[in-house]
Amino acid sequence: MNKAFLRLWMGTAMALCALAIHAEEAQLDKWPSGLADDQAALQRGAHTFATYCLNCHSANLMRWSRLHDIGLSDQQIKSELIFGDQRVTETMTIAMDRHDAKNWFGKTPPDLSVIIRARNTVEHGGADYVYTLLRGFYRDRSTQTGWNNVVYPSISMPHIFWQLQGPRELTLTRNEFEDVADSNGTTHSQLVQTVSMFDSDGKVKVTHTPLDHGSTGSFYQFKSLDPAAATAVNAQVADLVAFLDWMSEPTATIRHRIGMVAILYLFGFIAVGYWLNKVFWRDVH
Amino acid sequence: MGLHQTRYTGLMGWFDARMPSAMAAFRQHMSEYYAPKNFNFWYFFGSFALVVLVIQIFSGIFLAMHYKPDSAQAFWSVEFIMREVQGGWFIRYMHSTGASFFFIVVYLHMYRGMLYGSYRKPRELVWLIGWMIFAALMAESFFGYLLPWGQMSYWGAQVIINLFDTIPKIGPDLSTWIRGDFVIGDATLNRFFSLHVIAVPLVLIGLVAAHIFALHDVGSNNPDGIEIKDRLGPDGRPLDGIPFHPYYTVHDLYGLGYFFLAYCAVLFFAPEMGGVFLEGNNFIPADPFQTPSHIAPLWYFTPFYSILRATTSEFMYWIGFCAVFLGVLIYLRLQRRALRWFVAAGTFVMFCLMTVHNLRDLVDARLWGVFLMGMSVIVIALLPWLDCSPVKSIRYRPNWHKVLLGIFVAAFLILGYLGMLPPNPGRTLLAQICTAYYFGFFFLMPWWSRMGVFKPVPDRVTLAHART
Repeated sequence: MNKAFLRLWMGTAMALCALAIHAEEAQLDKWPSGLADDQAALQRGAHTFATYCLNCHSANLMRWSRLHDIGLSDQQIKSELIFGDQRVTETMTIAMDRHDAKNWFGKTPPDLSVIIRARNTVEHGGADYVYTLLRGFYRDRSTQTGWNNVVYPSISMPHIFWQLQGPRELTLTRNEFEDVADSNGTTHSQLVQTVSMFDSDGKVKVTHTPLDHGSTGSFYQFKSLDPAAATAVNAQVADLVAFLDWMSEPTATIRHRIGMVAILYLFGFIAVGYWLNKVFWRDVH
Repeated sequence: MGLHQTRYTGLMGWFDARMPSAMAAFRQHMSEYYAPKNFNFWYFFGSFALVVLVIQIFSGIFLAMHYKPDSAQAFWSVEFIMREVQGGWFIRYMHSTGASFFFIVVYLHMYRGMLYGSYRKPRELVWLIGWMIFAALMAESFFGYLLPWGQMSYWGAQVIINLFDTIPKIGPDLSTWIRGDFVIGDATLNRFFSLHVIAVPLVLIGLVAAHIFALHDVGSNNPDGIEIKDRLGPDGRPLDGIPFHPYYTVHDLYGLGYFFLAYCAVLFFAPEMGGVFLEGNNFIPADPFQTPSHIAPLWYFTPFYSILRATTSEFMYWIGFCAVFLGVLIYLRLQRRALRWFVAAGTFVMFCLMTVHNLRDLVDARLWGVFLMGMSVIVIALLPWLDCSPVKSIRYRPNWHKVLLGIFVAAFLILGYLGMLPPNPGRTLLAQICTAYYFGFFFLMPWWSRMGVFKPVPDRVTLAHART
C-alpha cells in the first residue's frame, strides 16, 4: 500500500514543481542577508534611513528608543538621528501632511514600519524586492519626476541616491508577442524583442527585432559611468535594507534566540516521552 | 443524608464522596475507556486537534486584551501587540501559527477517517459532528482573518461575502445584511470580532464535547476496521482494548513532542511560512480604494476556492452530462416507481439548468460555482452513506481502491495549490479535471466502493510488529 501511495505523492510533487517553474518571476537581485544581524550595518542603515527616508516616509510603529536594540545610545539617537524636537520615547513620525504629499507625488508615500514584510510574496522576499527597487532607478524623460524604475514602472518616488550613485545607462530588453500585419493584410502573432537604451540623460533609443524562437520575458542591464560611486551606493542601500528588515520585526532576534531554547527543550521532552511510552507499553502485546 | 460510598481515601475520598460524578467522568472517558491497542501514527491527530484548540483559546484570550476591533485602529493594534506588548509577538504567532496547524491537523484527522472507514456504522454521528466542527472551524477562521485588517483580510472577506450576491433575488440584500454596511467596514469588523471570540468558539467547544461523547459511546475504530467490542474477555472488557489512560495519554504525550517540534519550528523560525501562513499583503493596512492585483484566501480554503473558480460556463456543459450519467445510475439502482420518476425529473431539471442557454441566464456559472463549492464541503458529511464497501479499513480493500484514494488526495492538493495562484487557461483546465475527479470520487462511491476483490478481515487486531 505504501509503495502505491509513495508513487502518487511523488507524481503530485513533480506536477506541482512543473507548475511552480512556470510561474513568472521578476528579475531581483539578492540582498546580502548576512547583514541582518550585523550591528554596524544596522546602525549605518539607521543613519541613512533618518537622513534620506524619514522626511517623506514615516515609521509610525517604530519608537526611537527601540534603537537601543541595535546598539545606539539615547545620546547618539538624539544627536545623530533626530533632526526635529522629538523625544526618544516617541515614534518616528513625520511633519509632512498626507494630503499635501498626495498632491505633490500623486500618492501618499507609505509608512515604512513593516514595508519589508509587506513586500514579501510566495515568489520573492521583501528585502530582495526593496534592495532591487532602490537600486533600480533610471533616467527617463517621459515621466513626471524624470525617473523610472525597472521593478516598479512609473513609480511616483524620485531617485533619492542619484547624486551619490553617479550617472548610469540602462539597456532594457523585452521579448513579447505582438500582432504583426504581413503584406497580404492578415495579422499574426510574432515574438518581438524590444531593446530600449536609456542614456544617462534619459534619452531613449528603441529597436524592434522579430525573433524566430525564444521565450517571453524582460531583462535589464545597468552600466555605471562612475563605478566607484555606484558600488558605494550598493553598500549603502544594502545597509539601509538591513535596517528596514530589522525594523519590520524588531523582535525577530529574540524570537530566534527563544526558539533555539524551545527546540532544545522539546528534544528533551521527546526523549522523556519516548522512555515513558516504552515503559508503559511494555505489557501490551 | 448519607455520603456516596467512595473507593478513594484521603482528600480524593472526601471529594469523591461529595461529587462522585467528577471521578465517574474520568473513569468513563479516560481510565476505563477501552481503546484498541493497535492505533498507529494517524491516531495522533485527534488529540493534537484538542491541544491546538486549547492553544487557540488561550492565546486568543490574551490577544483580545490588547486588540482593538475598530477599523481605524485594528491594523495598528495588531502591530502594537507585536512590538510594544511584553511577549505579544509570541502570543500573536501562537495564534496565527495555531490557525494553520489546526487545519493541517484536522485535514489529517479526516484523512485518517477515510483510510480506515471510521465514519461507518455505528460511527455516523461521530463523523457528522466532526464535520460540523470542520464547518464551524472554517467559519471561525474566516471571521478571525478579517481582524488584522490588512489588505488580504479586507479583500478576502469582500470576495467571500460577495458570493452571497449570486443568490437570485435576496442575494444583494443578504450580503448587505451580513456586512452591516454596503462595503466591509467598521460594523463588519465589530460583528466578526464578536462572532470570532465568543459565538463560534462556544459552538466549537460544544461540538467537540459532543464529538468525544459520541465517540466514547460507540468506541474507537482502529486501523483494521474491526469492532473490538465484539470480542470480550471473561472480565467483560474488550480483548484488544487497553484503557485510554494511562496508555494513550502517555502515547499521545510522546507524539505531542513531535507536534510541538513542528509547531515551534514554524512559530519561532518561519511564522510567515514563506507568505503562506501570513501573507505579505496583510502587512498593508486595509484600503477600500485599492484592490490588490491578486486575491487568494488562506491556504486551507484554497481547494474549495479552486472549485469555485474552475466552474466556468463552458465547464457547466461537462457537469451537466456528468449529472445525467449519475442520474441514470441512480435510476437503475432504484426499484420503486415513484422514486424513479422523481430521479428522472430531477435529473432533467438539473441538466436543463446547467446547459440550456436561456435558463443559464437565470442560474449563471457564478451561482453554480458557489453551489459546487458548497457541495464540495457538504459531500464530505455524506461519506458514511456513500461508502458501501463490505470492509471498513483500506487495508482489506482492493489495491485499486488505494489508488483511487491516492489520486483523490493528489487532486485535493493540486486544487489547493492552484487556488493560491492567479488563474490562467492551463491552470483552469487542471483545476476542472481535479474538480471532476473530486466529485466523481464521492458521488460514484456507492458503486465503486462495492467493486473488486476484498481481503479477509482478521478477527483480532494486528499490531505493527506482528504484521511485518
